Amino acid sequence: MAAVTETIETVQAATEGTYKWGFSTDIEMDYAPKGLNEDIVRFISAKKQEPAWLLEWRLKAYAMWLKMEEPTWPSVHYPKIDYQDAFYYAAPKEGPKSLDEVDPELLKTYAKLGIPLKEQAFLAGVEGAGDSAADARMPIAVDAVFDSVSVATSYKERLAKDGIIFCSISEAVHEHPELVKQYLGSVVPQGDNFYAALNSAVFTDGSFVYIPKGVRCPMELSTYFRINAKSTGQFERTLIIADEGAVVSYLEGCTAPMRDENQLHAAVVELVALDDASIKYSTVQNWYPGDAQGKGGIYNFVTKRAQCRGKRSKVSWTQVETGSAITWKYPSCVLLGEDSVGEFYSVAITNNYQQADTGTKMIHVGARTKSTIVSKGISAGHGQNTYRGLVRVAPTATNARNFTQCDSLLIGDLCGAHTVPYIENRCLTAKLEHEATTSRIAEDQLFYCRQRGLTQEDAVGLIVNGFCREVLKELPMEFAVEAQKLLQISLEGSVG
Amino acid sequence: MLRIQGLTATVDGKEILKGIDLEVPTGEVHAIMGPNGSGKSTLSYVLAGRDGYEVTGGTATFNGVDLLGKQPEERAAMGVFLAFQYPVELPGVGNANFLRTALNAVRRGRGESELDAMQFLKLARARMKELSMPEDMLKRGVNVGFSGGEKKRNEVLQMALLAPKLAILDETDSGLDIDALKVAADGVNALRGPEFSALVITHYQRLLNYIVPDRVHVLMAGRIQRSGGKELALELEASGYGAPQAA
Repeated sequence: MAAVTETIETVQAATEGTYKWGFSTDIEMDYAPKGLNEDIVRFISAKKQEPAWLLEWRLKAYAMWLKMEEPTWPSVHYPKIDYQDAFYYAAPKEGPKSLDEVDPELLKTYAKLGIPLKEQAFLAGVEGAGDSAADARMPIAVDAVFDSVSVATSYKERLAKDGIIFCSISEAVHEHPELVKQYLGSVVPQGDNFYAALNSAVFTDGSFVYIPKGVRCPMELSTYFRINAKSTGQFERTLIIADEGAVVSYLEGCTAPMRDENQLHAAVVELVALDDASIKYSTVQNWYPGDAQGKGGIYNFVTKRAQCRGKRSKVSWTQVETGSAITWKYPSCVLLGEDSVGEFYSVAITNNYQQADTGTKMIHVGARTKSTIVSKGISAGHGQNTYRGLVRVAPTATNARNFTQCDSLLIGDLCGAHTVPYIENRCLTAKLEHEATTSRIAEDQLFYCRQRGLTQEDAVGLIVNGFCREVLKELPMEFAVEAQKLLQISLEGSVG
Repeated sequence: MLRIQGLTATVDGKEILKGIDLEVPTGEVHAIMGPNGSGKSTLSYVLAGRDGYEVTGGTATFNGVDLLGKQPEERAAMGVFLAFQYPVELPGVGNANFLRTALNAVRRGRGESELDAMQFLKLARARMKELSMPEDMLKRGVNVGFSGGEKKRNEVLQMALLAPKLAILDETDSGLDIDALKVAADGVNALRGPEFSALVITHYQRLLNYIVPDRVHVLMAGRIQRSGGKELALELEASGYGAPQAA
């Protein structure tokens, strides 16, 4: 589609390793007072005019958080975070409204980012499907989250025709309270971990998706997260429910301005797949990674988990992690339903002083559950990259299967790659496989490419994309192209 | 015309090329023969600009332009092509994607328009047919799991597509059976013309039955020791290289 082509061009236009999404938007904002206490939690809930049960739910989470400690087991290092030195709510003064009334400054921001907020005629394959091939492509429905609030969601009416609910979670709290009440926190409970508890207390927005029984979502759904305001944390919460036999593919993207402070992003994503449902969740994470000296950048401390509750349900996580100063993230699958399937495909790049501790958890509970893990870690500069994964098979998961492949690629001699696989098997009939490799980009590979006319950077891009191919092919097509360019940009200046 | 004068080069501090003088006029194919360790591969790497092959003296120009100060990719864009003795594997990189990326990089360098996927496929299929190569070679990873002969054929295919002005073939014949040898030779012969020059590095006279050189040079101990017409190759085949002569 045209807008994605623009995105690609935006990415292509990036040169010399600069972060092209690093601009900030000047817009009138509404802030909560700095710091975090019970009043701030109440402030957020009041701002969103939430029902009493949700405020109670938040306060319970806040009480839990106070008693919890920041995890120290990941192999990432950073100065202690002062949780009182940040804003927990920042929203454009003009509240969210219909697509036509969105603040032009915001529209400009998203246009600059290459994110299509304008709806295109939904004509694919119907009448005169566009003048060019680009127009004939499938549109993507977008929910745009700007700092603490969702500013626009496109294609809502079109999706509603199929009974699909796609809106901000704040809106869902009002419009579909029964669904939110039933599922919120049912996959990631408030007290799950330090950051999930923090998120549960102060989450401000995020996307909500419900696909009804037997419906195959007719277009890609996506959320685009943008942190803009200074000294502000983003705490979004996403909840996706695929009812029996439903099929959905969901994408998420994110960027932030270049600032020399560290900003916290602590999201929670919960997925629920019922009988025969399938959810494909793809992430291209491009938060500001900090500068070449390691100053600034986003702390990306995220809890993502799916429950395959139904028989033969399937959840597939694909992530391309190129941004953030620190990434702490383990998109997981709890495979409850018999014959349910969990997949995790990941590319994580750390360049300069970036650190990533990422992987997955596959919890096999149901019989004949299957999981696949393919992780590709790329370290360059002073980057540190850790794969941390758990495969747990309960006694009930008879004939469960897991295949894990962890490959690391090193560029230069100052970076590090670490693989920490945990395997806990309590079932005699389970079959588990683990493969791991570590390699370098060889000088002869680079020379071979350059002799054929490729620049050093193009050669690195080509080799890295080859290394990641098994993961990139899992992404929706338009995203895959974008991700390839992003990988290359992230590694610019890493060789030579 | 390729003109090399007094070229000296070291690898790991050891002098391998000790003063090469060589001219390959435009439109001519020259063979370089010599025993193992005489500096043949070093010469090809120095001309292509590989890191670690340090030029310590002398000059090399192609059509009057200095080669030695340029990056490898700039030399490629000038039309210099090196067929590798040991082609490199690029896991996960599709051969078609690699070939098209390379072709478009070189076309950009020449100021020509880039080819899209369809135009490229059409061209690639035509060239492959001429070289009797199976089409599935386009779909596989670059050189991954290729037999020795397939790798060399893939080099010839790249050469055919990139249509270089100066091709350097570094022992392209080693490890080839007679059929593959003919394919490789056909690839070079198809490019022969008034604008094309080649430097064919080989141990054996055999290849030169199929690629008939205009001149033959003997490289030993880092210097060109003898030069002659195509009959020199036959003479070497019969009597060996002999001891290097003092310069």
